[in-house]
Amino acid sequence: MSTVDPSPVLFGLTGRLRGAAFAVVLLLVLPWLIPPYQTILLSYGLIFGIAALGFNILLGYTGLLSFGHSAYFAVGAYAVAFLVKYLHVTSMELSLLGGIIASTIISGLFGAVCVRHTRIFFAVLTLALSQVLWSLALKFYWVTGGSDGLRVPTPSLLGGLIPGTGDKVLFLSRPYYYFVLVVFLASVAILWVIVNSPFGKALQAIRDNETRAEFVGIQVRRCRWLAFLISGTFTGLSGALWAPLNGLVTPDVVYWPFSGRIVFLTVLGGFRTFTGPIVGAVVFNYLETYAVATTVYWQFVLGAVLVILVMTMPAGIVGTVGRLALRIKRVT
Amino acid sequence: MVTLAIQVLNSFYYASSLFLIACGLSLIYGVMRIVNLAHGSLYALGAYVTAGAVLLAGTQPSGLVFLLLPAGAFAVAGAGAILEPSLLRPLYTRAEEYQLLVTFGLLLILEDVMRFFWGALPLFPSTPADLLGSSSILGTTYPNYNFLVIAVGFLAAALMWGFVYKTRFGVILRATSQDMRMTSALGVNVKRVYVLAFAIGCFMAGLGGAITVPITGAAMGMGVDALVLAFVVVVIGGLGSLEGALVGAIIVGFFRTLGINFFPEVELAALYLVAAVILLVRPAGLFGRP
Repeated sequence: MSTVDPSPVLFGLTGRLRGAAFAVVLLLVLPWLIPPYQTILLSYGLIFGIAALGFNILLGYTGLLSFGHSAYFAVGAYAVAFLVKYLHVTSMELSLLGGIIASTIISGLFGAVCVRHTRIFFAVLTLALSQVLWSLALKFYWVTGGSDGLRVPTPSLLGGLIPGTGDKVLFLSRPYYYFVLVVFLASVAILWVIVNSPFGKALQAIRDNETRAEFVGIQVRRCRWLAFLISGTFTGLSGALWAPLNGLVTPDVVYWPFSGRIVFLTVLGGFRTFTGPIVGAVVFNYLETYAVATTVYWQFVLGAVLVILVMTMPAGIVGTVGRLALRIKRVT
Repeated sequence: MVTLAIQVLNSFYYASSLFLIACGLSLIYGVMRIVNLAHGSLYALGAYVTAGAVLLAGTQPSGLVFLLLPAGAFAVAGAGAILEPSLLRPLYTRAEEYQLLVTFGLLLILEDVMRFFWGALPLFPSTPADLLGSSSILGTTYPNYNFLVIAVGFLAAALMWGFVYKTRFGVILRATSQDMRMTSALGVNVKRVYVLAFAIGCFMAGLGGAITVPITGAAMGMGVDALVLAFVVVVIGGLGSLEGALVGAIIVGFFRTLGINFFPEVELAALYLVAAVILLVRPAGLFGRP
């Protein structure tokens, strides 16, 4: 499958910049146009967007399918919960830093092990390691709260300038949304630079042909490890942002179906495009919320969507739309 | 001494149910090169079908209830024979990611199908286990039904071995697993082989669920839990290897009994860690072809 991102062909750099600027302005004004509940939903979408973008560094750009990214998401989330519970850290910036450091360490360690394999063995290895963390989170209940999980109160932002007390919905739908948005935009920018850097091109070379990449002088395993590290760190950052929004961290976020969910939303948006995972995360989030609200059989709905998606539009939402647009442009 | 005997029996009981799940997973991977993430849910489906049938039959104790036990296995085999041509066949030529995703989607679907038919509350069809009573081993009582599970597990292993290595269809199966194109060129209907192999794998998973449900009961999420353990078994034994599934199941069975007795907190973590280490140093497992 060599589906290439058609957007550079479709729109020039200025066109894409214009599109990005439009999206940013839209995200900035949306909280004033939609009800608070919708804003909180959008925050979830943006947070999962970071996780999916990070995950896609491995899947889309390096060609490695991890089935254990729940581990790094959970390390970020649990790091925030631990910092609050045991060190009484209320500053979100410090919590975020803690989450990033913890997930960098864990993904560095796990990555060093996992990149020794590729393909299905890589997937099963990442799965097994994430399950190690899951069973620890479940069994060491005196530290992690077991299956009840840990409560995460609303934090204070900007070094205490905006306190986390008071109306929770108001806090989450306004200051916290903008906090998430800033982190999200920064992550997108950083990842965009990484993907378009020589290192990013090296990753794509490895994905397309490992042997040739090696002959060109790329240190394949080292690049894969770095990609794993970056991927895990951004997924951890996403988990750290998610913890105060959700208010509760349970072992469910380490269990392997959660990894499947990260794969799901990435493929939903389209993993061969840069923006696909973001779109996938936001759409998946709405899809899930409305499926849960309308039927007890929401898993069935999600499963059916996934199966139909893979069968009929494997390029994902962004990939399919892009291809259609390209065809229309050629015809006219 | 007494506890040791009981623990050994428990380990074999556990190994037996693990083997039934893992051998189907391994067979399907060996023949079709598909990692079936929905395999645990097919096991759960077998448990639910049998549980539903036994509970429908009523609480009146009767030996006939044993005839209902294989219902789950046959139902799941039938489901497999439908699923393979409709969902999996279009994906053999596609990248592994898509196969994993479709089976993951199937997992989500199956979970809710079971919720739809049997509800979210756990089912406990204990009639067959109660009927068999228990016997005394060195002064301790042990349920007789566990012996039945152990017997079924090892009988299934023997039949499976005979089927794969001693029958004509077994030869075709092994040939297909080694080189699908060549086998197809020699005139074998590979599509039919795939359907049968998948149905047999499903049958074993369904049997595993059906035979253990009188003891463990059927509950939501049991398939998701079972899948990762089956993965551990298959990884230790070697993906695609039948002997590997048996030896892996016995190793995991004993490891878990040891773990529950001596290091209950880290038992599961240690198990996954062992699987990761084996995968790292010998990705083909103990019995797989590298």
